[in-house]
Amino acid sequence: MLRTQKIKEPIGDRVLLAIICIILAAITLSVLYPLLYILSSSLSGPNAVVSGKVWLFPVDFSLKAYKSIFHSTQLMMGYYNSIIYTVVGTLINVAFTVMIAFPLSQRGMPGRKIIMLLMMITMFFDGGLIPTYLLVKQLHMLDTRWALWLPGAFSVFQVIIARTFFQTSIPAELQEAAQIDGCRDFRYLISVALPLSKPILAVMTLMYAVGHWNAYFDALIYLRSEHLFPLQYVLRNMLILNAADPAMLAGTTQKLRDQGFEQVLKYALIVVACIPVLIMYPFVQKHFVKGVMIGSLKG
Amino acid sequence: MPVAQTWTRMKRSWELYVIVLLPVLYLIIFKYIPMFGVSIAFKDYNVVKGIWGSPWAGFKHFETLFHSPNFPLLIKNTLIISFYALIAGFPVPIILALALNEVRTGFFKRSVQMITYAPHFVSTVVMVSIIILMLSPHVGVVARLFSFFGMTNTNFMGEPGLFKSIYVWSGVWQEMGYGSIIYIAALSSVDPALYEAARMDGASRFKKIIHIDLPTLIPITVILLILSLGSIMGVGFEKIFLMQNPLNVSTSEVISTYVYKVGLLGANFSFSSAVGLFNSVINLILLVVVNFIARRLSDNSLW
Repeated sequence: MLRTQKIKEPIGDRVLLAIICIILAAITLSVLYPLLYILSSSLSGPNAVVSGKVWLFPVDFSLKAYKSIFHSTQLMMGYYNSIIYTVVGTLINVAFTVMIAFPLSQRGMPGRKIIMLLMMITMFFDGGLIPTYLLVKQLHMLDTRWALWLPGAFSVFQVIIARTFFQTSIPAELQEAAQIDGCRDFRYLISVALPLSKPILAVMTLMYAVGHWNAYFDALIYLRSEHLFPLQYVLRNMLILNAADPAMLAGTTQKLRDQGFEQVLKYALIVVACIPVLIMYPFVQKHFVKGVMIGSLKG
Repeated sequence: MPVAQTWTRMKRSWELYVIVLLPVLYLIIFKYIPMFGVSIAFKDYNVVKGIWGSPWAGFKHFETLFHSPNFPLLIKNTLIISFYALIAGFPVPIILALALNEVRTGFFKRSVQMITYAPHFVSTVVMVSIIILMLSPHVGVVARLFSFFGMTNTNFMGEPGLFKSIYVWSGVWQEMGYGSIIYIAALSSVDPALYEAARMDGASRFKKIIHIDLPTLIPITVILLILSLGSIMGVGFEKIFLMQNPLNVSTSEVISTYVYKVGLLGANFSFSSAVGLFNSVINLILLVVVNFIARRLSDNSLW
């Protein structure tokens, strides 16, 4: 009988591995605990949260905070606006990124280096807050949705990743073959290059979408009308400036409010704000590791 | 290359120029016009006359800045927060990547990665709310832990001395997992034959980390270090602004928050543009200098 004998790892190596695993577990728990704590607090009764009975699991389980959130028109409006900003903004971002990255990846195009330089300079030097604000004002985009879509139409970093992908991951033979068959640049981009770039497009979409969903700064400087505010801006008012929407507290009793219901409400708001990103996250996690790798190693 | 040949090639790629037209227009309008708009830092901006019509003021606004009593404090806060964040935040992702690289792919490794990457996707507003809730006196979980161990309970967010640590370490918490991805990617490119050879020669796991893994990470580390040193004066506005309150403003006011307050809230466009420009110029100089040093000391540089 043939017996394979495994080479035993030296004791020192196994000790080191054990230490590494313990460190990793500790780090993971330190990341996970606050997240779990927030979730549990949002599902607990106000009394339990304020008096510090919640440590890991919900105490006095209740969904009241979530129910009140849906009464707030401010918040629902914010949600609606954020969805619009994210969907349209991401579409613009992805289109612009492809439109500049693809020509930059074509070695036969004269002037490619000039465009590249034009773009790279903006990475290290920009006009700054005030001149950009004045420009947006001059273009009459203040207090319109365009102010949140146009000024950041693409990120140089994403363009470089996409350009590298077009250059290295799509075989040059494909383009030669396409050209011989009479396929010009535009058709090649639509029918050959883009279908082959799905992984990079997925990462790009995720990155841009998360960026739009999480942004509050542009809204802070460009928007004035309440009906245009995105979710993050509304959240800032509620969570950090402590300006709760009266509609959220309308259905609650005075007793509940005295117990510290607003505190629970804050935890619930955090959970609700994170839900869309958290739902997307596990599906695309694989891809973005790939995206970072393409950007870092072949760049 | 002869002009005629270039011309034929340009004609052949006309479709590419059509595609690239819109993004290039965008660059010119939204990036280059504001760059020239920076000239208002040398003018007395007048709303009626606009950027181009306002009278020149020379270096007046820069002099005001340098003589302002806030100036040393702004520079000090900006530099301390940046260096603190760099020193605390830079090694952690590397250590995490090295540790993850030792663990075999499986459920444990995948869960560690998935969980530690997640906070990166939490928005700044939510992140700061989490910090405030966790640290709020009496009801926050940290305050409760403190009193549990019999330590005195303070209002963490209102303590000027604690602001920088709270800012930096919450940043480490949020970004360490995501920051490690780039190093993990670099480590995955190591030739397995190297590990085998090291094992044949009787190298321990620790020796392999020191002599194979660490040298692999040096180029990417240098590049990332140059980039972060180059933006040392550009400490993030969003998070600091949200974490600021009247109690901690003495240690939390940095250049970018000052530009916002003076410029947009105070409508002092010229002066705050001068502050912003001063900041950008220092950043650019730093980037060039650090890149130069890195090129001298090693083969790694941005350009």
